[in-house]
Amino acid sequence: MTQVTVENLWKVYGDQTVLENINFTAEPGSFISLVGPSGCGKSTFLRMMLGDESPSRGRILIDGVELEDEPSPDRGVVFQKYSVFPHLTALQNVMLGLEFGGSPFLARLRGKKRRAARAASLEMLQNVGLSQAAGKYPSELSGGMQQRLAIAQALVKKPKILLLDEPFGALDPGIRAEVHDIMLRLWREERMTIFMVTHDLSEAFKLGTRVIAFDRVRTRPEEAKAYGATVTFDLKVDGKSVPPAPAEPPLKAAAQ
Amino acid sequence: MRRLINRRPDIATRFGLMLVPFVIVIIVYMVASEARLSVNPNDKLLPGWSSISAAVERMAFQPDQRTGNYLLWTDTISSLTRLGIGVAIATLIGGVFGILQGLIPYWRATFNSFTAVLSMIPPLALLPILFIALGLGELSKVALIAIGITPFLIRDLALRTAEIPHEEIIKAQTLGASTWQIILRVVVPQMLPRLIDGLRFSLGAAWLFLIAAEAIASDSGLGYRIFLMRRYLAMDVILPYVAWITFLAFALDLALRLFQRVAFPWMFRGRA
Repeated sequence: MTQVTVENLWKVYGDQTVLENINFTAEPGSFISLVGPSGCGKSTFLRMMLGDESPSRGRILIDGVELEDEPSPDRGVVFQKYSVFPHLTALQNVMLGLEFGGSPFLARLRGKKRRAARAASLEMLQNVGLSQAAGKYPSELSGGMQQRLAIAQALVKKPKILLLDEPFGALDPGIRAEVHDIMLRLWREERMTIFMVTHDLSEAFKLGTRVIAFDRVRTRPEEAKAYGATVTFDLKVDGKSVPPAPAEPPLKAAAQ
Repeated sequence: MRRLINRRPDIATRFGLMLVPFVIVIIVYMVASEARLSVNPNDKLLPGWSSISAAVERMAFQPDQRTGNYLLWTDTISSLTRLGIGVAIATLIGGVFGILQGLIPYWRATFNSFTAVLSMIPPLALLPILFIALGLGELSKVALIAIGITPFLIRDLALRTAEIPHEEIIKAQTLGASTWQIILRVVVPQMLPRLIDGLRFSLGAAWLFLIAAEAIASDSGLGYRIFLMRRYLAMDVILPYVAWITFLAFALDLALRLFQRVAFPWMFRGRA
């Protein structure tokens, strides 16, 4: 499991300070919800975690090592939209990550390797309840199914850290609760450290073991550009264990 | 009364309405032709159906007295060959350079302005240069078509490539993809149908360049034939040739659209 340390992190665009002086340590296996008003830099923070943007000052350490300044397979991601590839079926979407890893030049697997990748991908699809949709294209799936597919696609690479950028924001409440349950189960099984940006406070507390709020402390208009958002609340959610305990006893134990 | 914008024709009405302008054009032609021929039976400008069908019979189904060829078919084959080779070269170059320009920042920084300037050169202004440099043979005609539409294809595809959501490119990287793997598995498969769209839009220009090149220096081809026939005011040959060229262009467009539907089903599924 993976510890993430954020040290004195700043992000400045031109003369606009977006984030300033962010400091915290995420315990291994924790599920961190990032909340805050629109434009407070939550997504900017997530993009820095991804390596899509680099910090203006400060650094992010993963298990004590500064993170790579471009996206890599140790950090999986699910966005609100456009997370899956429209030209691939659900199964192909999940297999793609394994094919990238197993075949540098053609990015396509053959024979025994292909069968193994296919089996692993089908299992992943089953984990998120999409077995029936393996042969469908994303445009044929509902919003909730597309997000479950995006989760399966990210998890097939076994990332140490999973980054979620408002992944459930566009879903209906009923569907959202269903995807929450799947997310929590996978988090316990895979023992990842998760960062989730969300607008929804109840979602933040339901899923997270810790809720971190970003906001601007100085709000006078003439100060708006010079001062960025920082951590204003940092709450451990009661009753959640870190690292996460398995929700149910393992299947073998139950069978005996 | 409902507003005009809310009134929609049903299928049968749509089909009938679609035919209306075509029928009107044919009727106007027949009336005008009749009027001219009744004044002067030897009028060449608007020939009647009988002389047009006689010309079609002569060009398509009887061997030419001098060469023994069926002229319409040999013209069609040489024109389509030139068009096909020119368009194929343009598509290949447009596909490769367009994707690189849309995806790779260093490539874009180097070539973006250059292709923008290239695309402003009127291709027909290059035709004399091509004739001088490459001779009057097939090469210069094919080159004109390729040069004429390649810059458009590159710029169009570069824009389409840049429109791929950034999230997809990031996601691919988090799945461990290299630049090459992203091009191969994420960008190219999504850009092929866009390239076909670009190709469809540039086919009109390709025909223009083909006919211009054939008109100036050639010994076969659809464009060559109509410009040759112009000397004899042979409207009875020129009109069916123009109709045939139009039909070929339409059929090519239709074939490309059908191919797109069959080859890229993901674009068309699930759009309820």
